[in-house]
Amino acid sequence: MDFSILLQDIPTLLLVVLGVPVVLVGYIVGAEFLVRRLPDKNRPQVRPWIWVGPALVFVAAFLMIPTIATLIQSFNDNHGNFVGFANYVSQLSGFPSGGAWVAIRNSILVWLIFYMFFVLTFGLAMAVLFDRVQYETLVKSLIFMPMAISSVASSVIWKFMYWYQPAGATQTGTLNAVVTFFHHDPVAWLQDEWPNNLAILNNLSLVTVAVWGFTGFSMVILSAALKGIPTDLLEAARVDGAGEITIFRRVIFPLMMPTVVVVGTTLVIFAIKVFDVPYVMTNGLDNTDVLALRMYNLLYSSHNNAAASAVAIVLLVAVVPVLIFNLRQFRAVEARR
Amino acid sequence: MSVAIATRAESTAARWSVRWIVQRIQRSLLHVAVLGLTLVWIVPTLGLLVSSFRPTASILTTGWWTALSPPYQFTLQNFQDMLAQSNMGTAIFNSFMVSIPSTVIPVTVAAFAAYAFAWMKFPARDWIFLAFVGLLAVPLQLTFVPVLSFFVAHGILPDNLISIGLPPWVGLWLAHSGYGLPFSTYLLANFFRNLPSDLFESAEIDGAGPLTVFFRIVLPLSVPALASLVIFQFLWVWNDLLVALIYVGGAPEVAPLTVNLADLTNSLGQGYQLLTAAAFFSMIIPLVVFLSLQRYFVRGILAGSVKG
Amino acid sequence: MNMRSMWLKRSLLLPLMAIFTAVACGTGSTQNAGTVKFLGVWAGAELANWLAVLKPFEDSTGIKVSYEASRDQDAILTSRVAAGNPPDVAGAPSPALLTTFAKQGKVIALNNIVDMTALQADTAPSWIKLGEPLGDGKLYQIFAWADVKGLIWYDPKSFQSKGYNIPKTFDDLTALQSQIKSSGTTPWCITVNSGAATGWPASDWLKEIVLSQSGPDVYDKWVAGTQKWSSPEIKQAFQTFGQILGPGGSNVYGGPAYIVATDFGAVGTPMFQSPPKCYMLNQASFITSFFTSAAPTLKPVTDFNFFPLPDINSQYAGSHVVAGDTFSMFKDTPQARKLMQYLTTADAQAIWVKAGGKLAVNKTVPISDYPDDLAKESAQIIVNTKIAKYDATDQMPADMKNAAWADLVKFIQNQGQLDSLLADLDKVQAAAYKT
Repeated sequence: MDFSILLQDIPTLLLVVLGVPVVLVGYIVGAEFLVRRLPDKNRPQVRPWIWVGPALVFVAAFLMIPTIATLIQSFNDNHGNFVGFANYVSQLSGFPSGGAWVAIRNSILVWLIFYMFFVLTFGLAMAVLFDRVQYETLVKSLIFMPMAISSVASSVIWKFMYWYQPAGATQTGTLNAVVTFFHHDPVAWLQDEWPNNLAILNNLSLVTVAVWGFTGFSMVILSAALKGIPTDLLEAARVDGAGEITIFRRVIFPLMMPTVVVVGTTLVIFAIKVFDVPYVMTNGLDNTDVLALRMYNLLYSSHNNAAASAVAIVLLVAVVPVLIFNLRQFRAVEARR
Repeated sequence: MSVAIATRAESTAARWSVRWIVQRIQRSLLHVAVLGLTLVWIVPTLGLLVSSFRPTASILTTGWWTALSPPYQFTLQNFQDMLAQSNMGTAIFNSFMVSIPSTVIPVTVAAFAAYAFAWMKFPARDWIFLAFVGLLAVPLQLTFVPVLSFFVAHGILPDNLISIGLPPWVGLWLAHSGYGLPFSTYLLANFFRNLPSDLFESAEIDGAGPLTVFFRIVLPLSVPALASLVIFQFLWVWNDLLVALIYVGGAPEVAPLTVNLADLTNSLGQGYQLLTAAAFFSMIIPLVVFLSLQRYFVRGILAGSVKG
Repeated sequence: MNMRSMWLKRSLLLPLMAIFTAVACGTGSTQNAGTVKFLGVWAGAELANWLAVLKPFEDSTGIKVSYEASRDQDAILTSRVAAGNPPDVAGAPSPALLTTFAKQGKVIALNNIVDMTALQADTAPSWIKLGEPLGDGKLYQIFAWADVKGLIWYDPKSFQSKGYNIPKTFDDLTALQSQIKSSGTTPWCITVNSGAATGWPASDWLKEIVLSQSGPDVYDKWVAGTQKWSSPEIKQAFQTFGQILGPGGSNVYGGPAYIVATDFGAVGTPMFQSPPKCYMLNQASFITSFFTSAAPTLKPVTDFNFFPLPDINSQYAGSHVVAGDTFSMFKDTPQARKLMQYLTTADAQAIWVKAGGKLAVNKTVPISDYPDDLAKESAQIIVNTKIAKYDATDQMPADMKNAAWADLVKFIQNQGQLDSLLADLDKVQAAAYKT
């Protein structure tokens, strides 16, 4: 392996590392400089747009415009003829097992509930518990590690976990080795549609992979929020004789609530748009389809943009309730100050 | 800092008093919970680590835990094969060139926007903010064709960029920034919004402008949020494969490390045991970033500033 | 390196430029005079072979082939083609995706680009016909390398110790199957997991049975979407496959759960255990590399060998399903033309043949170029085959193919639902061929 190129190109790396922030800070300082030249009454009208402007341009160009194009496409067929709701009708027909319904059920029920619940609960528990031990950095790094593993590599890991060998043979999968140790038959974790073909077990097996991979995210952010709680508040509560659990319920949790809402919202959205894990591990087989995977397959395998667009819009509509909840939160904070 | 509670809890009771014993038990339970949780969490990673030192034939026929007892059959073959790829140096360099600007740009731009969303008043502010959050749900695959068409039409492709003296990754930086902004803005705006408002009022009385407030008050107080954001944005870009393949392609001169590592397995999926070694290799840099930003996760940043 | 140092010098200007605006000004493409941009799927161990194929081309013409590989070819190529940024040439392991682009008018007809006379002389007509997926007499794809399917692999040592004979007819095969089963071991190993493509190894079984049982006409109509899945011929093929699987998958090691959960590449592992857990498996010629990477001590001929799947209907004796690597050209540049021409030649194809793992489509590649006896034998099959048919599911529309794979998995899991699966496939067929 030849690493000499790394040294050779360090000047360019430095140039980019320094150049990019210089451009960005230069923008805001320069723009503020110009705003100050404006008459007093115009400044408050112009200033916010200076600050949100770059973000608006980025988001409009890379996300908003493609989304609008998708919305339009969802009402047209693949040849550009307007077809009204036909694409939606074909995706939403055949309840409960036809069209996109399996994917809708898995994304909006199984993934949303279990993924959000587990990532949030484990993340919060870890943030609070790890905060109290000396070796915090070590255990946090270990929990964070799966985040740094790509989805392909983590599918290899979980292959080792879920591997299935028939009863009687030596189990090579970790979980089945445990299960057979307790004299239970090995389980085909990713195929088994327990119970009663409701496909809860195999979907939860996939959720587990994602929870394992993503709990580091909520742990880190919640931990940052926890560190932001003023120490004197906790001291005061302790002086009042409050137990640790009471302190958590009455002081820590309320103060962390805004961050819990942010993390929870993000997790809901990530749950609804989950793609990687089902894609690399089952590709939707045995009723493990999810919305983003269905969209992907319609887009790239079926080359059916119209249907893919309709599925994407269903996915986007599914996050609207979370947004409304956020708006309320947002206005509540506003009202308090 | 984080040990403050621990030391304090132990010092409140006299040795061997009932309270002291209860506290002792609570401490032990805490350690059991922390270590148990961590242990469960690292089992898969441990399996991967052990497997990365095992020969292919054994991976297929026996569980990874059997390698932990004699006869030991460890090998460095997987790591050697992975590192034998000819252009790893270039790939690592490219990964830095992709990841650093793709982290700096969205975090900075998001901080500007979040400040405005949190502390300025302008028409349709809440709705624009909600749109930002909602766009977090857009599956990126939807954006590939429109964005790439735009890049093609305006020459934001590696060959063209090089010929006009810009790095070949500019398009990728912009795309990653666009994709990273909804989350970045959302997280930071929430954090900024919950800063104590008296800080802003007193700054205004002192005659400080928005630039001063932003750089002197908001940013220093938000270091933990900024640090966690940097960790995640860096991580997502560092581990990205698909977006890079779409906007810059997989040619060795421009492709990031993830492309090299994905190419370890052939078109039939053979050689996936090399991915075990690759996973640990590609984890090093994100872990370094994580650990080096750890010192910003300390208690009391806010408390100190409020008083000062 | 050249590219890099030029950019290094010029990028000193970078901090001065406001990136948001400067970037948009870049126009005028400066296509490097001597490059072909190529997007393929070969990576890992295959990559060395592919680069070895390209080396004489680069050396003799001075053209540089800028190669990128992606296993996510569907997504990458589809997006890039739709956005107007395709590679010059793309190579794929099956023709379906490239055919989609031919239909969209995104690939260039090759009739005036490759030497058609030489191509017709050196290649079986079926390969050329396959390269004309629109049926308009225009060649959109060329094939370079092939795999032959329907090879039954076995361990000669365990066959010998048990006194099993190589079956000559399909009845012999089913008799051998019962004989092995009555000795208390499962006769077959079948594994169909392949991540996003799970189910394809089962579709190989089905295709071989359809071709050998009902012949090329039914097979062609089936590919074209005019033969219903619920028709007696296709249904019979499913049932024959069911006979191989046995009731509840009892003829196969591990049963349905293991079949579906296990990677197709690991199919041979139980067969080489001692005592063997199964005695036969059906897979294409490439599977040998999986055998030897899992157990490096295994040697061809002595430790593993194959016999062709016996003919089911003597009327269609000697029929074989094949698959191959195909190439299309997206941009008409002189360099891309040269590369396409080169790939059709025996010289180019022989390089990978010698390295092992692939069979040449060009008939003039001598049998002696094949590295071992098994490869020579599979090459003979391709040359001598009376009825060679290209992989059916790989030629069907993607929706049809994916549904077929998925429903074959369901069939393995529960053979009792055959009729409802076939009805489902008929429904997909009715929709998938429309666009």
